[in-house]
Amino acid sequence: MTFKRKLLSTAAILALSAGAAHAQVSGNVVKIGVLNDQSGTYADLAGPGSVLAAKMAVEDFMAKDKSLKIEVIAADHQNKPDVGSQIARKWYDSDGVDLIVDVPTSSVALAVNQVTKEKGKALIVSTGASSDLTGKACSPNTIHWTYDTWQLANGTGKAIVQTGGDSWFFLTADYAFGHALERDTEAVVIKSGGKVLGKVRHPFPSADFSSFLLQAQASKAKIIGLANAGADTTNAIKQAAEFGIVKGGQNLAGLLVFLTDVHALGLEKAQGLIFTESFYWDLNDQTRAWSKRYGAAHGGKMPSMGQAGVYSGVLHYLKAVSALKSDDGTKVIAKMKAMPTDDPLFGKGSIRADGRKIHNSYLFEVKKPSESKGPWDYYKLRATVPAEQAFRPMAEGGCPLVAAK
Amino acid sequence: MTEIFGKPLPVIMGQLLIGLINGSFYALLSLGLAVIFGLLNIINFTHGAQYMMGAFAAYFLLNKLGLNYWWAFAIAPLIVGATGVVIERLMLSRLYKLDHLYGLLLTFGIALIIQGAFRHEFGSAGLPYSIPEELSGGNNLGFMFLPKYRAWVIVASLGVCIATWFIIERTRLGAYLRAATENPAMVQSFGINVPRMITLTYGFGVALAGLAGVMAAPIYQVNPLMGADTIIVVFAVVVIGGMGSIMGAVVTGFGLGVIEGLTKVFYPEASNTVIFVIMAIVLMFRPQGLFGSR
Repeated sequence: MTFKRKLLSTAAILALSAGAAHAQVSGNVVKIGVLNDQSGTYADLAGPGSVLAAKMAVEDFMAKDKSLKIEVIAADHQNKPDVGSQIARKWYDSDGVDLIVDVPTSSVALAVNQVTKEKGKALIVSTGASSDLTGKACSPNTIHWTYDTWQLANGTGKAIVQTGGDSWFFLTADYAFGHALERDTEAVVIKSGGKVLGKVRHPFPSADFSSFLLQAQASKAKIIGLANAGADTTNAIKQAAEFGIVKGGQNLAGLLVFLTDVHALGLEKAQGLIFTESFYWDLNDQTRAWSKRYGAAHGGKMPSMGQAGVYSGVLHYLKAVSALKSDDGTKVIAKMKAMPTDDPLFGKGSIRADGRKIHNSYLFEVKKPSESKGPWDYYKLRATVPAEQAFRPMAEGGCPLVAAK
Repeated sequence: MTEIFGKPLPVIMGQLLIGLINGSFYALLSLGLAVIFGLLNIINFTHGAQYMMGAFAAYFLLNKLGLNYWWAFAIAPLIVGATGVVIERLMLSRLYKLDHLYGLLLTFGIALIIQGAFRHEFGSAGLPYSIPEELSGGNNLGFMFLPKYRAWVIVASLGVCIATWFIIERTRLGAYLRAATENPAMVQSFGINVPRMITLTYGFGVALAGLAGVMAAPIYQVNPLMGADTIIVVFAVVVIGGMGSIMGAVVTGFGLGVIEGLTKVFYPEASNTVIFVIMAIVLMFRPQGLFGSR
């Protein structure tokens, strides 16, 4: 009896190890989890649109390469770091998820970054913003795909100081992302010869900005920098118009503005805003064709840069898994860094050792209502920042991965 | 420049005024809640969703029927109030005999359903709604720039609050209502249709939420989540003022708006929390609320 049991268990162990040796893809399926805000402030700029983008990437990948079985799932982290890391743990431990993508809300992204490193899985941050993800919190298991606070600060901050906006007041969302964006922009403003007259930190999220705007108004700064995102930004812009801030000679700088925010504001209120993004649907034929497909499946809405980044990131990940014949997180991320990136949305690019994805960055201005040909025709291109200048030089980030080399 | 605690006086004056404006919304919303709780004993958790529906009603009246802000100001509360009547007749009326908790759970569930449906349909970034032509622009008061629309919000909500208080506390209709909550059987025996009166009261409370929604639409984005964010603060206001006390709801609404405004100058990070701190303190020393009776 005991002998029989031993035999059985030995056979089972053998079968298990044999299975692992043959198929390196865990559970025989590559499971991708889209983790973002599905219902709150950031649901329109990420949310279900990002899930669609991930599915489109899988579809496009499968059309060329049928070697993998792929599954996409999604969950709502409610912009709470504890909820986000709990989901991440459960996904990695018991649901067999191999890759987590998107993760807006920097505080959540930083938490999931930590969990992913612990578990040796893979994370592609697309909508999360803090440049710390490739700085002091960088990890061999994370790639920061679409944009970051340093890039936004560098693109927008520099352009505004150079055109005369040399005194600033910051309206900052009081959490990791706002702090990072404020810090990075302040550095750029001072380096370009401007000065910062004051700042106020507002709770995240906030509906009423009138008292913060009043403080900004009293500072007499030429530029009011909005270091926040989503509904916080749109409400601040809307209420600034009401308090006659722009008419009084002060200007607003939206440091992180998504296409969906401009859509919510309407051109009447958003016109003239200048900001930095990594993607716009109307950049070239390829982005237009892809966005048209996306819109057809998403009620006519055009993608935000975060959603576009999810597509591009997932596609590159799948190419790396296929090349490696394994979905081991650490190995795949290393492979992704070794392979050049190429997709219809961001063109050719690369990934640095610190996990930063490198591509062009664009300075956009919002069109006047008279210049727009219809819904979603919102931006005109002011300047293109070439890929090699768009992001923080690797040596300045303080990423331990790079320093160790 | 004169300074108070290191802050320039004009800034403080400005914040006081802003506090009053925000207080107007708190007052209007907590008034509706107080009326419903005072007369129906229902803790109406759907209030935030009904406030949001008011804003959406204004948006649709403008964009589908071309009716401007003033039409919305009159019609949207009626529409939202009518949905309230339906909810009361179909669902709430079955719960009066049960514990408060059931009404709370039901209205909370309805709120989640309504918000979920709107979010599914319209997304969460919100829709734009402009300030009416007549009220755009503003006046420079010396210490701050006061948008005309915000001034209108204070005036209108004060007017509505006073009128409501007057109807309930000083008219015959109000007396019937108050009597009906004390002893419905007795009032019914005098030939007054109590169930209908209760239905209309709920409709009225809900209409107040709808009205607040219309007034909020030009200031905030018309957003499916706007009510969910506000309702928690408003409940704190009602608790501080004393559940069911109409005067309490109005006075605490304005008062807390001002306190919150001042917090935004001195310690902005705490401005979302200060109301709840006050609530905790009040509950410790005066559990029935500032204006409540035991």
